[in-house]
Amino acid sequence: MKTTKKKSASKTTANKTVKKKETWNLRLYVAGQTSKSLTAFANLKKICEEHLAGKYQIEVVDLLKNPLLAKGDQILALPTLVRKLPTPIKKIIGDLSNTERVLVGLDIRSL
Amino acid sequence: MASGQKKKNKVKPLLLKSATGIQGLDEITKGGLPKGRPTLVAGAAGCGKTLFAMEFLVRGAEQFNEPGIFVSFEENSDELINNFSSLGFDLKTLTKQNKVILDYIYIERSEIEVTGEYDLEGLFVRLGSLIDSIGAKRIVLDTLEALFGALPNEGILRAELRRLFRWLKKKGVTAIITAEKGQGSMTRHGLEEYVSDCVIVLDHQMSEGVATRRMRIAKYRGSLHGTNEYPFLIEGDGISVLPITSLGLTHKVSNRRISSGIPKLDSMLGGKGFFRGSSILVSGTAGTGKSSMSAHFAYSVCKRGERCLYLAFEESESQIVRNMLSIGIDLAPLVKKGLLKFHTSRPTFQGLEMHLATIHSMIEEFKPQAVIIDPVTNLTSVGTSNEVKSMLTRIIDFMKMNMITAFFTNLSHQNTVEKTDIGLSSLMDTWILLRAIEINGERNRGLYVLKSRGMAHSNQIREFRLTNKGIDLVEVYMGGETVLTGTARIAQEAKESAETIVRSQELEWKQRELERKRRATEAQIELLRSQYEAEKDELNITMTHMKKKEDTITRERKTMALIRDAHIKN
Repeated sequence: MKTTKKKSASKTTANKTVKKKETWNLRLYVAGQTSKSLTAFANLKKICEEHLAGKYQIEVVDLLKNPLLAKGDQILALPTLVRKLPTPIKKIIGDLSNTERVLVGLDIRSL
Repeated sequence: MASGQKKKNKVKPLLLKSATGIQGLDEITKGGLPKGRPTLVAGAAGCGKTLFAMEFLVRGAEQFNEPGIFVSFEENSDELINNFSSLGFDLKTLTKQNKVILDYIYIERSEIEVTGEYDLEGLFVRLGSLIDSIGAKRIVLDTLEALFGALPNEGILRAELRRLFRWLKKKGVTAIITAEKGQGSMTRHGLEEYVSDCVIVLDHQMSEGVATRRMRIAKYRGSLHGTNEYPFLIEGDGISVLPITSLGLTHKVSNRRISSGIPKLDSMLGGKGFFRGSSILVSGTAGTGKSSMSAHFAYSVCKRGERCLYLAFEESESQIVRNMLSIGIDLAPLVKKGLLKFHTSRPTFQGLEMHLATIHSMIEEFKPQAVIIDPVTNLTSVGTSNEVKSMLTRIIDFMKMNMITAFFTNLSHQNTVEKTDIGLSSLMDTWILLRAIEINGERNRGLYVLKSRGMAHSNQIREFRLTNKGIDLVEVYMGGETVLTGTARIAQEAKESAETIVRSQELEWKQRELERKRRATEAQIELLRSQYEAEKDELNITMTHMKKKEDTITRERKTMALIRDAHIKN
């Protein structure tokens, strides 16, 4: 937790935007416990801990259990990470293995 | 043995098909699309892919009780409902009844970032839940290629699509996947590689400024299908495909005869007129009375209480009705009764295929026993003669199959009278030629029956006269060396009749002369006989006298002898 704060402190500009938006509402769509979905969740967890400690909420939606939810966010590809808050909505497809791109996609820090 | 088994195998596992309900398509595909398999419908923008797919779905839901799902990547549900309401597809009600589900999948490329590997399980789940929710038997993905624009990493996408089609097959739903036409390939993203059971290509061609929609079944695994490009129409109630082909000459024929509307022409055609369901061509130069013959035919058809469709490419309905009134044929009441239907349009109004389509759908709708196309030559202004010929072949075949008598007129040129522009004659069963005959500064019409299959027909030329009581056929003058028509014929006939009178008078006179002579002779004979009688009487009397005299002499001699003897003895 401390390390994440330090890291974010070093990127002041990004930090400011992060600070303004209070909670990050992230939703991860998966279909069952596949290796891809597990990787994605692990990656997401790691990134959030590093960059958004204490300010994030991760909701994992298993479409196999709730298939109707796929319509709401127009989910086709899995796994998909949706940034519900702060707006605008952002979507990231894939197992989130490329941290840099996840950060860009979530607009956590500008490169 | 092996071949026998093969044959058996071929017959047994019939490919199940899912009827589309689209007019004509089920005939071309011999039953519909492959059931439980995906079909690719490819074509350029605006050629009717979405309509095709939607009609498949709606017909399935309405007619075959197969619920369906329309997954659109381009239009949202409200747009779809509005767009298709004009075609009479009541999507709103169907969705309420859970017979059709419209699902709009929307992907915004800018919102999406890709990191690492992904799959399309989300789409699968979504489709799966939709299919299960109403027990769908049909599904449409319109246009799946939107995914290529929305999602990067084509490699993954392709692999996933392949998986999708396999999955759809496993689900047992009959699917239509639409795709944009690509450059040099059927689809832009090569979807045909994945969907290989059935591929239908839609096309929208422009030729000489006239648009024609066509459909072709590029591939149909495991089934026979028509291979031609079939024109299709988008009409008020959806797509109608024209499977009008010359697949074979297998139509049944009728032995029944119908009148041509001109009694004297009937008598030239073996005394009974045309065969029902045959094709008749009347060709002639301008103004030889082709339309009038058509009107006669139409009139006689309707008078029998049958329906007649009159396709006029030169005159309007009211013009035809007015003009025919002048030769004593009143078509207006027949039109009112619904027996006669006119369809008038300029040939250039639409493409050949469209004409064909219109004619086809009008015939289907009106179900006439006879169809008149006047004149058929005008269609050449829309297409090449080859195209026109193939179109006419298709019309004729179609009509023959339906036992419809087809009556065509053909405008020919003066120097090619015995030739039709489009080589039509071989398609025709009966060919009547009207010909202008110019003699003595007069133009008269002659009618021949050039050919008439299957009947003894007259080889004579008849003069064809338009009177205010209709068409009359008059035997032309054929004495001497020439054939005379018109006033020349009348003059010749007058001259002949005068000669006949003179001749008969002469004969009478001769007969009287003979009678006179006979009587004179008889009188003479009578006279001679009476003279003879008179002489005979006279001679008889003389002879009696002489006999008496002889007797007296003999007696006197005897007496004298007696006396003399006595003298001597004494």
